[in-house]
Amino acid sequence: MNLILLHTEADGTLSKLSLETLAATIALGAPFSVGIVGENTASAADSIATCGAGKFLTITGPEFGQARYATDAAAAEALIRAVGPDLVTTPATSRWNRVLPGVAHRIGGKVDSHVTGLVMADGKPQATRWFYRQRMEAVFSRSTRPWLLALEGGIAAAWTGAAGTANAEAVSLTVPVSRTSVIGFEAPAADQQTIRPDADLLFVTGAGWTKKQSDGLVKTAEAETLILDFLRLSRSSLGSTKSLVDLGGEGVAVLPFLSHMNQVGQTGSTPRHAKGLSTCCHGEEPHTVGWRFIGERRAISLDANCGWSRGKADILYVADAFAVMEKVNVLLGR
Amino acid sequence: MNIIVCGSLVPDPLQTLEPITGPTGPALKNEMMLPSWLDPWAGHALYEASNLAAKNPGSKVYLVSLGPKAKLQQVMMTVAQKVPFELIALDGSAGGFTDAAETAAAIAEAISAIPGLDLNNTLIFGGWESASRGAGATMQIVGERLGITDQFEGVDSLEIQADGSLKIMERVEGGKHQISVCTAPPAVLGWATGNLPEPRNNPQVGMANMRGIMPSLQKAKPSPVTTGDIAFASVSLPSQTRTTQVVKDVPPDQIAAELVAWIRG
Ligand SMILES: Cc1cc2nc3c(=O)[nH]c(=O)nc-3n(C[C@H](O)[C@H](O)[C@H](O)COP(=O)(O)OP(=O)(O)OC[C@H]3O[C@@H](n4cnc5c(N)ncnc54)[C@H](O)[C@@H]3O)c2cc1C
Repeated sequence: MNLILLHTEADGTLSKLSLETLAATIALGAPFSVGIVGENTASAADSIATCGAGKFLTITGPEFGQARYATDAAAAEALIRAVGPDLVTTPATSRWNRVLPGVAHRIGGKVDSHVTGLVMADGKPQATRWFYRQRMEAVFSRSTRPWLLALEGGIAAAWTGAAGTANAEAVSLTVPVSRTSVIGFEAPAADQQTIRPDADLLFVTGAGWTKKQSDGLVKTAEAETLILDFLRLSRSSLGSTKSLVDLGGEGVAVLPFLSHMNQVGQTGSTPRHAKGLSTCCHGEEPHTVGWRFIGERRAISLDANCGWSRGKADILYVADAFAVMEKVNVLLGR
Repeated sequence: MNIIVCGSLVPDPLQTLEPITGPTGPALKNEMMLPSWLDPWAGHALYEASNLAAKNPGSKVYLVSLGPKAKLQQVMMTVAQKVPFELIALDGSAGGFTDAAETAAAIAEAISAIPGLDLNNTLIFGGWESASRGAGATMQIVGERLGITDQFEGVDSLEIQADGSLKIMERVEGGKHQISVCTAPPAVLGWATGNLPEPRNNPQVGMANMRGIMPSLQKAKPSPVTTGDIAFASVSLPSQTRTTQVVKDVPPDQIAAELVAWIRG
């Protein structure tokens, strides 16, 4: 028996990643149950009522509307104990990633995060994940059960199917005492939000945008306009190199809309997008490991010998990104 | 207040890594020869810890590091120059293929063994992921083993408020931060980047640190962490290098047109 552990979103629905996790686990071919945690769980359970789960179990209440270690860990633990599964899969959301290792410890199981592949091999589940920050990939299994796995996006297409009546069973749980309360979120204003995980295109800016150009001038203001116009016109997600975001911390006037949250690479993020366009970036390995899950890749750099030229991009345009992006924006604006 | 930072070493990100099969499972070719660094996110945790300690007189920063003793010594030569701390060294593998649960068990035991430590006056810091295993699992298990269920991951800021409560910002999906308040220590914080630049080298701090670091390394407890129950079927380098088409001497208009067609396509 496997258990798929999900949580609802703020609006009571299940995320796309949850539906992908559902599909990836169904594909293993073993009987499974679904556990859902959230402030309201009924409509989420009904939305996947026809997925073939043996049982739907829920833990519901206002305390579970917030992502908090003590309550989420207790909920996951209770659902796992109620089912007694071999395998537990969860979407690799910040919420499950926060608690899953601790839960594994509590129930005497083992855990793997950032799983990018899950198949049956010789009748046993086998997982794939990257080590050394996307520098090498391993395929492995574990003998301990339950085995808890947090699945990244892209393993399976999101489950689709008819809604129905899930007849979910509520699992009772004494809400653990927590000294933590979630008081809110901080996000840039909607029109200034540059990180868009669902965008088709990742647009990466490198330190070159702030460097002295061929005419001897630093053109940060111009860079800012070009980048923001492009983001607005293309609805792409903004990534950056470490060098560019670090400038902010050193008190140099830089692009104010960039923070470490935008950093892609070894010590940044590893986003998933169908396409990526790099500009004014040298394509060094600590940066490009963050491109592991970017499909088609193009780069614009003045340096024909930069890292992108060495098998890291499909096309490297050796050109001035200021000139090219200005024209790109004109064309996109038409 | 005590701030205990868990952090070890990782290979220099500019080195080419190659997996090999060692006697106990996968390992890196020439692992002991590779130049190492303080694991970056654990490094941010250390700098944040030091900054917090400086603002709260009487605080003490510990660095608990599990790694091969000889390599730890090399890395500590550099780290010691940055901020004051007391090292608790554990001698064992810092490799990425070891099981986080075993690493966590060794670290939790070392923390519990700190003489006279009052956990209720202690924050446990680490990186939210290592740059080796990259799992983001060790800190939570350390917390569980110490009985701490106020835990935060992907932390970018911690503020101790006037009433002693902790205001914490954690990274969540979509470029947002979740803001939580925890009434008091203990708490576990897995740090992302935080807000501080790498401190400059300070030779005085270095000298003071080294007085404690050498004895700590000498008495580093052997902590044989292994790959546990993991059976590796394969470990490989990404084979896919692309054939890069380098486009030169083409006017910006033409490149722009090509890019727009590609973006829209
Ligand atoms: C421990 C560690 C971790 C690291 N982690 C990361 C990480 O997570 N992410 C990351 O990005 N880096 C990381 N790095 C840093 C990395 O090694 C590089 O230093 C960094 O990626 C370089 O950034 P860059 O390409 O923007 O800058 P530069 O190397 O300065 O390159 C700028 C490029 O812009 C080009 N350029 C300038 N003007 C123009 C123009 N008008 N048009 C077109 N091109 C132009 C130049 O030719 C040059 O190629 C890490 C390093 C270490 C040591």
